[in-house]
Amino acid sequence: MATLTISGIRKSFGTEEVLKGVSLSVASGEFLVLVGPSGCGKSTLLNLIAGLDTANAGEIRIGDRVVNDVRPKDRDIAMVFQSYALYPNMNVRQNLSFGLETRRVPKARIQETIERVANMLQIEELLERRPRQLSGGQRQRVAMGRALARDPVIFLFDEPLSNLDAKLRVEMRTEIKLLHQRIKTTIVYVTHDQIEALTLADRIAVMKDGVIHQFDTPQQVYDNPASLFVAGFIGSPSMNFIPCRLVEQNGRNGAVLDTGGGKSSFLPVERPGGSLQPWLGREVILGIRPEQIAGGFHEQEGNPQIHEIECQVRVLEPTGPDTLVFVSINGREVTCRVNPKAVKAPGQNMKLMVDMSKALLFDPQSEQRIEA
Amino acid sequence: MKESHARGRLADRLEGGLPRLVLAPTFAAILVFVYGFIAWTAWISLTNSRLLPNYKFVGIAQYITLFTREPRWWVAILNLFVFSSLFIAFCIALGLILAVLLDQRVRAEGFFRTIYLYPMALSFIVTGAAWKWILNPDLGLERLVQQLGFSGFTFRWLVDSKMAIYTVVLAAVWQSAGFVLALFLAGLRGIDDSIIKAAQVDGASLPRIYWRIIIPSLRPVFLSSVIILSHIAIKSFDLVMVLTRGGPGYSTDMPATFMYAFAFNRGRLAFGAASAMVMFLAVMALIVPYLYSELRGTRNA
Amino acid sequence: MPKEALALQAGGGLSLGRVLLYAALVAAAAFFLVPFFVMALTSVKSMEDIRSGHLISWPRQLTLEAWRKAWDSACIGVNCVGMKGYFWNSVRMVVPSVILSTLIGAMNGYVFSKWRFPGSETFFSLLLLGCFIPFQVILLPMSQTLGWLGIAQSVQGLVLVHTVYGLPFTTLFFRNFYVTIPEEIIKAARIDGAGFFRILLRIVLPVSAPIFVVSIIWQTTQIWNDFLFGVVFSGSDSQPVTVALNNLVNTSTGVKEYNVDMAAAIIAGLPTLLVYIISGKYFVRGLTAGAVKG
Repeated sequence: MATLTISGIRKSFGTEEVLKGVSLSVASGEFLVLVGPSGCGKSTLLNLIAGLDTANAGEIRIGDRVVNDVRPKDRDIAMVFQSYALYPNMNVRQNLSFGLETRRVPKARIQETIERVANMLQIEELLERRPRQLSGGQRQRVAMGRALARDPVIFLFDEPLSNLDAKLRVEMRTEIKLLHQRIKTTIVYVTHDQIEALTLADRIAVMKDGVIHQFDTPQQVYDNPASLFVAGFIGSPSMNFIPCRLVEQNGRNGAVLDTGGGKSSFLPVERPGGSLQPWLGREVILGIRPEQIAGGFHEQEGNPQIHEIECQVRVLEPTGPDTLVFVSINGREVTCRVNPKAVKAPGQNMKLMVDMSKALLFDPQSEQRIEA
Repeated sequence: MKESHARGRLADRLEGGLPRLVLAPTFAAILVFVYGFIAWTAWISLTNSRLLPNYKFVGIAQYITLFTREPRWWVAILNLFVFSSLFIAFCIALGLILAVLLDQRVRAEGFFRTIYLYPMALSFIVTGAAWKWILNPDLGLERLVQQLGFSGFTFRWLVDSKMAIYTVVLAAVWQSAGFVLALFLAGLRGIDDSIIKAAQVDGASLPRIYWRIIIPSLRPVFLSSVIILSHIAIKSFDLVMVLTRGGPGYSTDMPATFMYAFAFNRGRLAFGAASAMVMFLAVMALIVPYLYSELRGTRNA
Repeated sequence: MPKEALALQAGGGLSLGRVLLYAALVAAAAFFLVPFFVMALTSVKSMEDIRSGHLISWPRQLTLEAWRKAWDSACIGVNCVGMKGYFWNSVRMVVPSVILSTLIGAMNGYVFSKWRFPGSETFFSLLLLGCFIPFQVILLPMSQTLGWLGIAQSVQGLVLVHTVYGLPFTTLFFRNFYVTIPEEIIKAARIDGAGFFRILLRIVLPVSAPIFVVSIIWQTTQIWNDFLFGVVFSGSDSQPVTVALNNLVNTSTGVKEYNVDMAAAIIAGLPTLLVYIISGKYFVRGLTAGAVKG
């Protein structure tokens, strides 16, 4: 395993700049996830790391080696593709051994490696089959096996689970995580699914339009998103964004929320020192996650950060463990995650408890979070 | 470490050049044998070469002669129009009808299709030889019909300077209708079921569905067919040479046979070259816009 | 087309519509088959039978005399050696041309689909145009060039001509076929360490059998059936069978022997006809492959 260092990478296709100065560093054995919407440049970056394409500017280092001009086969990396990309005319065994044969690994070593890998991924019975005789999940395992057989210093995964059905996806996700715990090789994993990012990563790089918005641990990205984009992209259902004005009431800073029917509530935002002073009187965006607006924090009664508001229920979406309640605040549709027993019918008013300790403020102009 | 890197870079350079290297022979061949030759023919058409090429430039004199003082050329062009229009029309009509018929869940569809298509496997010379015999003025179709009882029947089109061109049409359609059939059949098979079902739910009858929905959605196939059939028509040489030799006289002459006659039999290279260039420009005027729109379509798609 | 939806009374129903349908199909089949039937029938009649009967009259006596003559001793131009020699000329012309144009086309198609570089698409378009030019426009310079190369009026000259002008078609076939191989398989192979030739040999060629068949069938048919190049570029020793047939059918010396003409026509047409019958769907694939989408 090795470290991966990316500095100032720029890549354009024709006149379109796809990567606009990307830098990050991956520690040895770390699981990095590149996540973002289609077109953000994550797959392009992965191709550059693999050596399938060259950057226009910047440096890529694997370990101590600058690999910008090094061919893919000499970078000691392996890649798992979204479509598995198994060689159709070869059986599983030949698929696994192809890369080793190209490197002139002795037959005995190849045999041994294939057995080890097949055992690890439980694909021993499939060794003589052709790809077209395998199911999606089996093909994915073989694709991973092919990468494992190469024993590289870095594994690259390009949206490997996107072609699987939902249930299989969850199973394979856990398998990949277990695999990483076992082999402890550096992994760079690309996905557009933020759940995969949160569950798999040691660190996440959230990308949009060729730029990294935030590079941090999953919990940090979730709790302290750096920008509106990250806040809205990570977490499902996504964070509520309520435009409001930061005012002072009774010595506290906070926002006035119009909860419909002529009612309004003041919700204080606590921040240490006078850090919010510059923002008084200005338009800001209040970010609150659905699970921070609930019905019935009984055990937390008395918590000064929890405030009650009353809103009219517009739509209900039961999801099983919770029910999503849609209300309107400051003219915006807001999602609340409520205990199903506390829910009122659409059209009725309902008391909601808002946990302001986790509320965030964003600057509407720069779209960055207003730091604490 | 650095050394292997340097070797890697040289190998990279070599491998990077490999695709170009592989294409190089074809590139050279096409450059010379297609574009170079076209340029040469164009050049020769601007000289007054007769039996041997000479490079004395005479501007577009040959073209002027071609279009103003050579009635045979106009016969050839007229024949081309008459032939092309009839050839294309009949091929498309026959091909489309047979395709629609074959699409009706017919038993032994493969058998019928094999029969309709086999003439495409034959050379135009073989086709021409067969039809030359069938339409033989004394012993062919005329005699057959006469011996079947219609003693007054005549069929001497092959040697009739006004009708001979239609024999060429007949033989050409016999050979090529199968091709259009194959295209239309493929097109019909590619039509989305749900559109048809929606029409049926709307209460449309079978002929109406065909006329209003299916056939219009085959427009790209119509276009491809017309383009390709036109191309075949402009190149018509083999069939004319064997069936009528351009005759009687030169009443079935076509630009292709015209060019051959003047360039190779009558020792007028520049004149023949001029006629070849006109053919080339006519084809390009047809093909280039078509290819351009096709290629652009796939690139955008 | 949803056959279930529109079939004129599906399956066993013998409605009027169904009867008319089959009648039309059979009539069309007759239109296409009768000429060949006439050819074959005429070729086994004697000239007396031909003169006294009509196109589809049954001969008093079946004879293969015309066939023997067509093969061995028919007079084509001034030589009376039958079609035999010209048949073999065609074979000697077709085999190398098909092999060369197919192999080179396969390599080209591989490069155009998987190893693109700046300018390669433009080159491909220019190459594609080569499928469409009327060959009249290259006849004169090609004659000069063949003479200059010392292979005028020879089978080698014909091989050169057919190979070169077959390249646009074979390249088109292979390129369109290889485009359907997913890009990710090539990427995976490159990461596995394979280069240009290893990918070609271990991954691309093993799945290429269908397109090789299509290309070979198409080229064989086109080249065997060609007449223009044959008549312009061959000499009396190197004429292909199509040129010989035309000469035979259009000679006006002596008595016209229609039975020999027909036998010779069948000899000329049989190879490609057999290829067609044996190859079935591959033939159609070749026809439509080039015709639809560039």
